[in-house]
Amino acid sequence: MRPGTFSKLAILGTLLLVLAVVPLVLPSPFHLRVATLVWINATAALGLALLIGLAGQVSLGHAGFMGIGAYATALGPKHLGLDPLSSMALGIFAAALLALLVGRPILRLKGHYLAVATLGLGILVHLVIVSEVPVTGGPDGIQLPHVELLGRRVTGPELWYWITGTGVVLAAWLALNLEDSSTGRALRALHDSEIAASVVGVDVARHKLVVFVIAAVYAALAGGLFALFNRFVTPDVAGFLRSIELVTMVVIGGMGSILGAVVGAALLTVLPQALTVFHEYEHAVLGLLIVLFMVFLRQGIVPGLAGRVVRRRSA
Amino acid sequence: MAEFVQLLFAGLTTGAVYALVALGFTLIFQASEVVNFAQGEFVMLGGMVTVFAYNAGVPLPLAALLAVVVAAATGTLLHSLAIAPAKGATVVTLIIVTIGASILIRGLAQIIFDKQFHALPAFSGDEPLRVFGAAILPQSLWVLGGSGTIVLGLWLFMERTLLGKAVRATAANRLAAELVGIDTRLVLTLAFAVSAAIGAVGGILVTPITLTSYAVGTLLALKGFAAAMLGGIGNPVGAVVGGLVLGLLEAFAAGWISSTYKDGVAFLVILLVLFALPQGLLGRAAVGRV
Amino acid sequence: MSLLEARGLSIAFGGVRALEQVGFTVDRGEVLAIIGPNGAGKTTLFNVVTGLYRAHGGEVRLDGRDVTGLPPHALAARGLARTFQNLEIFFRMSALENVMVGRHLKERRRLGAELLGLPSVLRENRESRARSRDLLAFVGLEERADEPATGLPYGALKRLEIARALACEPRILMLDEPAAGCNPVETEEIDRLIAAIARQGVAVVLVEHDMRLVMRISDRVLVLDQGRRLAEGTPSQVRSDPRVIDAYLGRHGVAAAHAA
Repeated sequence: MRPGTFSKLAILGTLLLVLAVVPLVLPSPFHLRVATLVWINATAALGLALLIGLAGQVSLGHAGFMGIGAYATALGPKHLGLDPLSSMALGIFAAALLALLVGRPILRLKGHYLAVATLGLGILVHLVIVSEVPVTGGPDGIQLPHVELLGRRVTGPELWYWITGTGVVLAAWLALNLEDSSTGRALRALHDSEIAASVVGVDVARHKLVVFVIAAVYAALAGGLFALFNRFVTPDVAGFLRSIELVTMVVIGGMGSILGAVVGAALLTVLPQALTVFHEYEHAVLGLLIVLFMVFLRQGIVPGLAGRVVRRRSA
Repeated sequence: MAEFVQLLFAGLTTGAVYALVALGFTLIFQASEVVNFAQGEFVMLGGMVTVFAYNAGVPLPLAALLAVVVAAATGTLLHSLAIAPAKGATVVTLIIVTIGASILIRGLAQIIFDKQFHALPAFSGDEPLRVFGAAILPQSLWVLGGSGTIVLGLWLFMERTLLGKAVRATAANRLAAELVGIDTRLVLTLAFAVSAAIGAVGGILVTPITLTSYAVGTLLALKGFAAAMLGGIGNPVGAVVGGLVLGLLEAFAAGWISSTYKDGVAFLVILLVLFALPQGLLGRAAVGRV
Repeated sequence: MSLLEARGLSIAFGGVRALEQVGFTVDRGEVLAIIGPNGAGKTTLFNVVTGLYRAHGGEVRLDGRDVTGLPPHALAARGLARTFQNLEIFFRMSALENVMVGRHLKERRRLGAELLGLPSVLRENRESRARSRDLLAFVGLEERADEPATGLPYGALKRLEIARALACEPRILMLDEPAAGCNPVETEEIDRLIAAIARQGVAVVLVEHDMRLVMRISDRVLVLDQGRRLAEGTPSQVRSDPRVIDAYLGRHGVAAAHAA
């Protein structure tokens, strides 16, 4: 087991516990809707946690993949007569394909060059969604039909809560398994030293590509789930600010921590809802909180607090 | 010919603003290795403060001066309240800090000012000049001349003054600079203040043409970043070249291809350039030392 | 046919010729030391042979096959492992995990199975962990296996790199200053390790400044100076070669060599 992290079972157990308790404590449809958004964002953040936290590769354009997932899910029924679920599958496939194609040249870049390239990729996806009005509906967004499964309509905040909640637990389980595997070790190794990883036989470029595609799939899945649940998507889902929110979730929660990604997603999803009481101060407060968190809890919430608990125990 | 000249001037004018933003990025990056995504907010502050001071009856030159001072003060605060305390954090964390700061500045601007678009009167009239059949706004010349003056001034400052040399020494090797007695904290603060002032001047010069609002900073920061990276980060000449190239590409793409995708040009170009030259146009290839 | 053969390797950085027509051969169980003053091109030679730098001229052959210009991971797959002069440790990992990464090529990776955490993956993890513990024991670090690598002292990290390289089960092990910064006791420890590794049939190429160590354990010594080959031979031949004494060893070095 890695030092400073919880065991796989403890993390999954915590998630399941939270998943079970939330509807008991906060049963109103509004709260369940917010919780559903938390699960959806957490799914995307988990993928990014693997990319940034585990492998050390920044992406400032990950909402682009989320947008591809969301818009594929919305456009399939509208233009191709597909049902929303198969459209979502196609969207995830498309996101994976795009990641596979651009991943190799992009991931050769390091540090700020990687940041600007991924930023550019995300902005281009967003721009296409905004500009191709006849296809995507442009800035006004696009409506989706209800999902039907076995002839029954999938609807209601509670049902979606359980669907997305199960999704995030599965996503976390897969991510934890990956961490504790040969590929996971190779990714953590190349985070620290690409040179040392390569001389023990790690194909650095290939492994970066693998984790980039996985992160894209997670984001596209999250985008698709969002479209199905919300039944309405706007280009914001793929925007620069969304990309930044995703990265902030990972960083605030604690880079390299699976539980941290979920905590970060919860914080950045719930916070803006809570901040609406500040009306026009909303953005200023959000910006201030981000700066404060980064300055005073630099390791992120989960590793930061875990570190404090450990120190207190040993003291 | 007329169309070409028209697009050329349009491109150079926007390019000059990108160049100033990119120059601000470069200055801060050189001194502190921080990529400051709040750079665009200085441009916004330059425009907005001037507009509001001018509308309150302050004469334009004084309003502009006030805006530069406000931006420089904001830059100094940004450094001492957010960047300096986060010293030693990872690249990603620092990126998030500066983006958080930019959201904060934008949020405050929205409260202090408003959410509307605002204009300034052109500095020397709106009567277009005729050049090869193209209509050139006199304000474009102000933007080009002003930006050129700043670039020249910054170069002289860096090359000729003791303080400028201290900045360069800090950029080259912070520890060594401290050992020879340079107050690197002062140098860093100065870099943030000067970057902010440069951005603000850009914002003031361009507002009569493009208008301004509390939200103009984001896209400018992203394009300025792209311009800085295009030239190869940390290279001031590269920043100016990168900015002008991006401005020209945007103008000609909008004029000759499609104006819908104008905002995408910068990012498409940066992707293609980085695929071919992973260190930017003027960046040096680093040989990994082990 | 030698196990590893480098021929006529040349490389220049910004006009400075770092290597000019340098070559060497090494075979199973043999220990070849590469010595020379600072800037002689020893580490550069390592970097070219292990695929980190691309040579401007010359070739590298493994088992008689041309492997010039192959990337490091492909060379590792053919049995070439190395350590670094300035330590390239995975600092976010424990000592044990560092060595486990060295098992990379011996592990079967199927992404699907890894994501699902199938029993086959868990079995593989257990096996890698056990092998890596053995290797840590071999280099004398079994007590510190689960400590984060950041907490280990310099000498321990040097040995950790050796364990990690051995985890690749290499046929050729290239050690870049394994004893640098080590005290005499630690140096002796590394001395024993290298001898034991060579006894197992691994070809060892090492760069080292500690002349006593070099003279004691090397079968052959290659002397570089300013990117060129100055001399090559058995330790005693090199020790008495006047060119080597002139250019490199100097009085102090000769005394040290004879004391060994």
